Amino acid sequence: MLDAKIPAGPMDDKWTDYKGHCKLVNPANKRKLEVIIVGTGLAGASAAASLGEMGYKVKAFCFQDSPRRAHSIAAQGGINAAKNYQNDGDSVFRLFYDTIKGGDYRAREANVHRLAEVSANIIDQCVAQGVPFAREYGGLLSNRSFGGTQVQRTFYAAGQTGQQLLIGAYQALERQVALGNVTMYSRHEMLEVVMVDGKAQGIIARDLITGTLERHFGNAVLLCTGGYGNVFYLSTNAMGSNVTAAWKAHKQGAAFANPCYTQIHPTCIPVSGDHQSKLTLMSESLRNDGRIWVPKKQGDTRKATDIPEEERDYYLERRYPAFGNLVPRDVASRAAKERCDEGYGVGTSKQAVYLDFAAAIERYGKIEVSKEGRTGVGKDEIIALGKEVVKEKYGNLFDMYEKITGENPYELPMRIYPAVHYTMGGLWVDYELQTTLKGVYCLGEANFSDHGANRLGASALMQGLADGYFVIPYTIGNYLADEIYNKPVSTDHPAFAAAEKEVNDRLVTLMNIKGKQSVESLHKRLGKIMWEKCGMARNAKGLTEAIAEIQALKKEFWSDVKIPGTIEGFNPELDKAGRVADFIELGELMCKDALDRNESCGGHFREESQTEDGEAMRHDDQYMYVAAWEYAGESNWNLHKEELKYEVIKPSQRNYK
Amino acid sequence: MEHYNMNLNLKVWRQQNGKSKGEFKMYRVEDISSEMSFLEMFDVLNEKLIQDGEEPVAFDHDCREGICGACSMYINGKPHGPWQANTTCQLHMRAFKDGDTVVVEPWRANAFPVIKDLVVDRTAFDRIIQAGGYISVNTGNAVDGNALPINKDKADASFAAAMCIGCGACVAACKNSSAMLFLSAKVSHLALLPQGEPERHSRVINMLAQMDKEGFGACTNTGACEATCPKEISLTNIAMLNKEYLTASLVADK
Ligand SMILES: Cc1cc2nc3c(=O)[nH]c(=O)nc-3n(C[C@H](O)[C@H](O)[C@H](O)COP(=O)(O)OP(=O)(O)OC[C@H]3O[C@@H](n4cnc5c(N)ncnc54)[C@H](O)[C@@H]3O)c2cc1C
Ligand code: SF4
Ligand code: FES
Repeated sequence: MLDAKIPAGPMDDKWTDYKGHCKLVNPANKRKLEVIIVGTGLAGASAAASLGEMGYKVKAFCFQDSPRRAHSIAAQGGINAAKNYQNDGDSVFRLFYDTIKGGDYRAREANVHRLAEVSANIIDQCVAQGVPFAREYGGLLSNRSFGGTQVQRTFYAAGQTGQQLLIGAYQALERQVALGNVTMYSRHEMLEVVMVDGKAQGIIARDLITGTLERHFGNAVLLCTGGYGNVFYLSTNAMGSNVTAAWKAHKQGAAFANPCYTQIHPTCIPVSGDHQSKLTLMSESLRNDGRIWVPKKQGDTRKATDIPEEERDYYLERRYPAFGNLVPRDVASRAAKERCDEGYGVGTSKQAVYLDFAAAIERYGKIEVSKEGRTGVGKDEIIALGKEVVKEKYGNLFDMYEKITGENPYELPMRIYPAVHYTMGGLWVDYELQTTLKGVYCLGEANFSDHGANRLGASALMQGLADGYFVIPYTIGNYLADEIYNKPVSTDHPAFAAAEKEVNDRLVTLMNIKGKQSVESLHKRLGKIMWEKCGMARNAKGLTEAIAEIQALKKEFWSDVKIPGTIEGFNPELDKAGRVADFIELGELMCKDALDRNESCGGHFREESQTEDGEAMRHDDQYMYVAAWEYAGESNWNLHKEELKYEVIKPSQRNYK
Repeated sequence: MEHYNMNLNLKVWRQQNGKSKGEFKMYRVEDISSEMSFLEMFDVLNEKLIQDGEEPVAFDHDCREGICGACSMYINGKPHGPWQANTTCQLHMRAFKDGDTVVVEPWRANAFPVIKDLVVDRTAFDRIIQAGGYISVNTGNAVDGNALPINKDKADASFAAAMCIGCGACVAACKNSSAMLFLSAKVSHLALLPQGEPERHSRVINMLAQMDKEGFGACTNTGACEATCPKEISLTNIAMLNKEYLTASLVADK
C-alpha cells in the first residue's frame, strides 16, 4: 500500500533529478485543469498563488472569513533557512541533519533533504513579496537562534513572523484572485472528498453562512488544513483548527501516519481555571534569556521574589549542563512535568514553573552601563537599563503575558507550563505529497512528512511554504499531465450526489439528536482524557483505558449532544459539532498508535521505555518505521509500516547533557 | 494579582441574519472570574443559552491571541472595548466590576453588513487588497534575499505598518466609516520597501478607487481610527498615503 516514490540516486541529487524528469503540463492545457485547494494558511495560500500563476484554474477554500486569518498568522518566533548569512557554518546538510536528529530519527530522509534544499528560496521569495523581516543596521537580514541547533539560521519579524509570511502569501493569493486564476471560497468548510473511479474528482463543501452544500469539481484536491492539536481541547492552536478535512479523506482511504506524535511546547501560560478556552504560547526565543526554576522545597508557598537564590532549583541547567535552558521542546516539557508531579510546582494550581528574566535584566543592564563607560552606577539604574533591553527584544510577548495574567513579568518571573502545540502526525504522503488516496495531496502541518517524532522550532513555517511554493508546483504536474486526457466529471455524476447525501444525512442526524450536553462540554471531556492518558507521558494501562473511555464518549456524543439552531443559516455550534465528532474518532486512533509504539521517541514518551535517569529510550530495532493507519470501519484500523532507511545519517541516541 | 468574581448584565445585539431587523437583548451572567477573557465570558453566556434552549450569540473569533483579526465586538461604545491597543479576545474581565452593565454590538458600517448577531462581512477588505495590495512577483523569480540591503529604519517602519490585522476596528470607530487607516497601512508597508517601488503609483490609485466602490466613507482626519487600533497603526500612514496619491495622480496620465 505504501510506495514513498523516493527518487533513486544520491541524496543531494534526488530533487534535482526529479525536477528534471517529472512530467510537465503545457500552458494551454493548464487552463483546462482545475485544482481544489482546501485551506489557505501558509501551505494552502502559497500553493494557490503558485498554481494560479502557473495557469491552473484554482478554487481555494477556508472556513474563516478571509484567508488572512488562517492559524499560520499566529506563529511567533521565526522561520529557518540554510542561508549561512551569519557565516557560522550552516549548510543544507546541517539543516537536514538537525531536522532529522531533532525529529529523533523518525522522519523520511529524502523529504527532509528537499526541505533543507528549498529553504533558502523561501526567504528570497518572501523578501521579493515585501515581507519585512528584521534587519541589521547594514540593511541585511537578521537571524536569531532556536532550540536544538548550534547555528543562527532563524529569520524573523519581531514576534510576528507567521503573520508577516502569511500576509505575503495572502497578498500573492489575492493577486491571483484579481487576475481570475483563483476563486476564493471563504466561510466554506470542506466536508467530503468525491471519488470517481478510484481517484479524487472534487469535494463537497458547506457554505457556513447559508448552510447550503455545494459540489465542486477538481482534477486534484490539495488538503492544506493544518494540525489537529485541538483534539486535546486546550492547545495553542486557534479555536477553529480541526482535523475534519483530513479525517474525511482518511475515512475514504487516505492512510493517517504517526497520529500519536504530538508536540507539547514547554513555555505556555498555564491554565487559570475551568473557563479556559485555549492556551497561549510564550515563544521559544524567550529561553535564550529566561532561566527556568522551581523552589527546592516541595509545596513552597512563598512569593518567587522571596525565595533566595540558594533555595531555587534551576533544574534544566542542573540536568542538562551542555544545553541548559535551550534543550529541545520535548525534553524541557517532560522536565517541567516531572518537577510539578513531584510537588515542586508553583502558583495556585501548582501546575507551573518559573521562567525568570531577573538575571538577564541585570546582565543586560551591566552591559549597557559598561557600553557607556560608567562606573559606580546603582543597582536600580542597572535594572532599569536592563529592562529596556529586554523590552526591545520581547516587548510584545511580555505585554501579552501581562494582559492575560495581570502580572508584570519585568518584576515577577513568568509562570509557565507545557501545552499542546503542534502535531507531527498527519496524512501519510509520498515524496510527491500525494496521499494514499489517488489525486488527494496533503501539504503543511496536515501531513506527516518532515518532522519525525519532534519538530524543531521555526521549521513548520519553512515546511508549509516549501510544500506550497516549491514542491507542489512540480509534483502536481506529474499527476495532472495524465489528467488532460480525461473530460471533467459533471457535478451531476452519481458520485457527487452520493457524497452530498452522505454529508447531508450526517448533518441531519446530528441536529436530530437533541440531547442534553453541549458540544463544548463533550469536547472538554475528550480533551481531558487525551491530556491525562495520551499527553506528555503515556503507558499501556492508561492508553487502554483511554480507548475504552473514548469509545464510551463517542456513544454519548451521538446520543446526547445538544445542537441549537438549524441546518440552514449561520450555525457555528453545528460546525463545531462535526469537528468534535471527528476529533473523538481521531483521539481513539492516537491512543491506538501510542499504545502500539512501545518505545519513546521525540514527543512520544512511553513510561515503559526510559533510561535509568528518565530520558526517552528508542528501540530502533523494532520501531524504525512510519506507522500508517488505514481505516477499516468503526474503531478498526489496519497498520501499514513504511520502513525508514537512513542512507546518509546514522541514527544515535540523542544526548543534550 | 487579586482575583474576584462578578455578576454582569449584558446588553447584546441579536440579529438572525442580514435581512432581519435586529434588537438588543438583556442577559445576566454570574460568577464570572476576573481571570477570564471577554470571549470566555461569552462562552459562559453561550453555554447558558444552549442549556436554556436558546440560540447562542454568534461572534467571530479564532486565534484568541490578538493576531488573526477575527474578533470584532463593539463594547461599551468602543471597538474592542476599554483597553488601549487591544483586541476583544485579549480583553480580560478584570476590566469590569461586579454589577456592571456591558453593551455589546457588531461593527457598524455600510461596507460591513451584518451576517448574524455580532458577525459582519468584511470581505470588502480582501477586495481592497485585490485591487493592488501586493507586489507582482511570481514564485521562483526572486533574487537572493540579501541582494538588496534595506535601511533598517525603513524596514522597521514598513513592519510597523504591516502589523495591521485587518480587523476593521478603524472603520467601526470612524464616524464616516472610512477604511483609510487600513488602506494606508498597506500602502506604507509596500511603499517603504524597494520591492514595492515599481507599482507604488497604480497601487494607491486602484486601492482608493476600490475603497470608494465598497461604500466606505472619506477620511476627515478625526483620528478615532488611530485611537482605537489594536496594533497602534499610526495616522502618519494616512499622511503618507495622501502624499503617495498626490504624486501618483500627477504622473498617472502616462
Ligand atoms: C502559537 C503558535 C506559534 C507558532 N510559532 C511558530 C514559529 O515561530 N515557527 C514555526 O515554524 N512554526 C510555528 N508554529 C507552527 C506553525 O504556525 C503551523 O504549523 C503552520 O502555520 C501551519 O500552517 P498550515 O498552512 O499547514 O495550516 P493553517 O495555517 O492552520 O491553515 C489551515 C487552513 O485550513 C483551513 N481549513 C481547515 N479545515 C478546513 C475545512 N474542513 N474546510 C475548509 N478549510 C479548512 C483553514 O481555514 C485554514 O485556512 C506555531 C504554531 C502556534 C500554534
Ligand atoms: S488599521 Fe488597525 S484597526 Fe484598522 S484594520 Fe488594521 S489593525 Fe484593525
Ligand atoms: S480572535 Fe484573533 S484577534 Fe481576536
